[in-house]
Amino acid sequence: MMEITEGSHAVAEAVRLCRPQVVSAYPITPQTHIVEALADFVANGKLDAEYITVENELSALSACVGASAAGSRTYSATTSQGLMLMAEVVFNAAGMRMPIVMSIANRAMGAPLSIWNDMQDSIALRDAGWLHFYAEDNQEATDLHFLAYKVAEDPSVQLPALVCFDGFILSHTYEPVDVLSQEQVDTYLPKYAPAERLDANDPISFGMYATPEYYLEFRYEMNEAQKKAKAAIAKYGKEFGTLFGRDYSSLIETYRLDDAETAIIAMGSVCGTVKDAIDEMREAGKKVGLLRIRVFRPFPIEEIATALATVKRIAILDKNVSLGSRGGATAIEVRDAMYGSTIPVKGYILGLGGRDIRKKDIKEIVALCEKGEGDQFIGLRKEVL
Amino acid sequence: MAETCKTCELFDAGHRACGGCGAALAARLVTKAAGTNTIVVSSTGCMEVFSTPYPETAWKVPWIHSLFENAAAVASGIEASLKKQGRKEKIVIMAGDGATFDIGMISISGAFERGHDFTYICYDNEAYMNTGIQRSGATPYDASTTTSPAGSQSFGNKRPKKDMPAILAAHGAPYVATASIAYPADLMQKVEKAINTPGPCYVQVHAPCCTGWGFEGEQTIAIAKLAIETGLWPNFEMVDGRITKVKKVVRKPVTEYLKTQKRFRHLFKPKQQDTEIAAIQAIADRNAEKYSLDIKLPPKKE
Repeated sequence: MMEITEGSHAVAEAVRLCRPQVVSAYPITPQTHIVEALADFVANGKLDAEYITVENELSALSACVGASAAGSRTYSATTSQGLMLMAEVVFNAAGMRMPIVMSIANRAMGAPLSIWNDMQDSIALRDAGWLHFYAEDNQEATDLHFLAYKVAEDPSVQLPALVCFDGFILSHTYEPVDVLSQEQVDTYLPKYAPAERLDANDPISFGMYATPEYYLEFRYEMNEAQKKAKAAIAKYGKEFGTLFGRDYSSLIETYRLDDAETAIIAMGSVCGTVKDAIDEMREAGKKVGLLRIRVFRPFPIEEIATALATVKRIAILDKNVSLGSRGGATAIEVRDAMYGSTIPVKGYILGLGGRDIRKKDIKEIVALCEKGEGDQFIGLRKEVL
Repeated sequence: MAETCKTCELFDAGHRACGGCGAALAARLVTKAAGTNTIVVSSTGCMEVFSTPYPETAWKVPWIHSLFENAAAVASGIEASLKKQGRKEKIVIMAGDGATFDIGMISISGAFERGHDFTYICYDNEAYMNTGIQRSGATPYDASTTTSPAGSQSFGNKRPKKDMPAILAAHGAPYVATASIAYPADLMQKVEKAINTPGPCYVQVHAPCCTGWGFEGEQTIAIAKLAIETGLWPNFEMVDGRITKVKKVVRKPVTEYLKTQKRFRHLFKPKQQDTEIAAIQAIADRNAEKYSLDIKLPPKKE
């Protein structure tokens, strides 16, 4: 059913439909509306879950680890400083193979303190072992939660998943969203039934320590699970498409890329602006297209290499920066995907801490890329430097 | 229902603890008292390491370890999960003093305030033993550790133990107790009581560490007894914040306890430090007054 609703409420509605048995979260801007809505659902009998109002984010995710180990579907949400406070548990939850799903309303990292959007928070934890989904709009922010649970809980994967969407830009924006019915979601996402759990009738030990004789193999198996997640996303993304008309089987989405000379690569809500800019540039005779990364982990290495094989140049937008490196994380990883190709790859860092990104910025980036210039910040206010 | 399993061993032989380890004995007694219908949550620490080197485990009850500081939060999640599934297992946390008094304090405070139904056992060996005997908030006054070493300018740890039982009683915990591996029946009874009391309960178990404190492994029980007999470890229980039971003793001077352990050796050699010993005696005297530890002997007949 189509509803015009705030991003956070649409996400909360999706989470409710996933029937988590334990929700554990701590308030932080701009994620708070989600956990408020979930608390309201529980208080009014619309969600049959235990809702733990923890004392901080570290405990929020720790409680999810315990609840997940005991055999329940669990959910949390956070952003930025909160995600960093729980960082130790983020690694731990993945290592313990707990299929927790957590929403991230992406926000900049302090200092300086900023409540506004960029993707530095989740990107900083890209090596922790979680699946990373990035939504372009609120429909996707909603749908990716169903897919995330489905993939995370698949026995071939068994990894936690982040569903990321831009703080404020999506979380606080009203858009029309097709909200599924409970019957529809139940058909797609059955009850969580883990193969192993904490159970007095079948006692096993979780979270043992590993000596050098075993540790390497644990990490190898996590990496293999990331690779297997690609097949699971293809399978369950396609199933979602068949049932509800929106296909998420691919880790990437392309827009007017087929005959493009300049390929823009980006993630998240900025892709709407990029698509509009591309339409205008196309009208002006420039062959520009977009490759949107929807899944950052597992990273679509082969998909990107194949999709970009015939372009003349690549311009990558990053709302994050790996300080001290050549640029942002997406640019670094795309360069790796394109290794051996002679196509020039340039990175552009923009939009940090909530700075607006306009169509003219995208056009400027394409012009720079055509001149072979890049690996730089865009939109700097030189007068304050 | 938690059923005490007096004959079965749920913390199995073959773990890697030192001979004479007080914490291993605590694990054995606690699981015996808790019974088979129990889920154990461990924090990172000596016990976690000596009991679960993958792929071996000493635990014959379901067991989970996540991190150092989050056992109370993990237990909160387990409790919520069991409640939602309609399951009745009891949850017992086994955490060291570093995990309890120091790094886990926020998580413990949150979980106790929220009132989850679990029993938190702190096995208190009075320092970070797993990392090599560093001081914690549970280290006693003047104990020499690797981060509070006695030296020409120092008598060791500068502060007395943090009063965790009082802190958790102040959270409204319905049952708070101290216990000792020297008195197994008392310890097991307290654990059973804690497990059968709804809400968050706390039992702090004195668990001497032969390696960290510097004594021979066969002395563990004797030293734990001396801690109680000198008044340095008050053994008591509190129900709804009120002390309801105290182990009374004919008190011995604290030197009888201090002399048994290398961590206090600097108080006696090269010369006896009377001022410092008097300060420790004063701690025992204050404990005796606060908890009414002294057995009042009848006046001698003339």
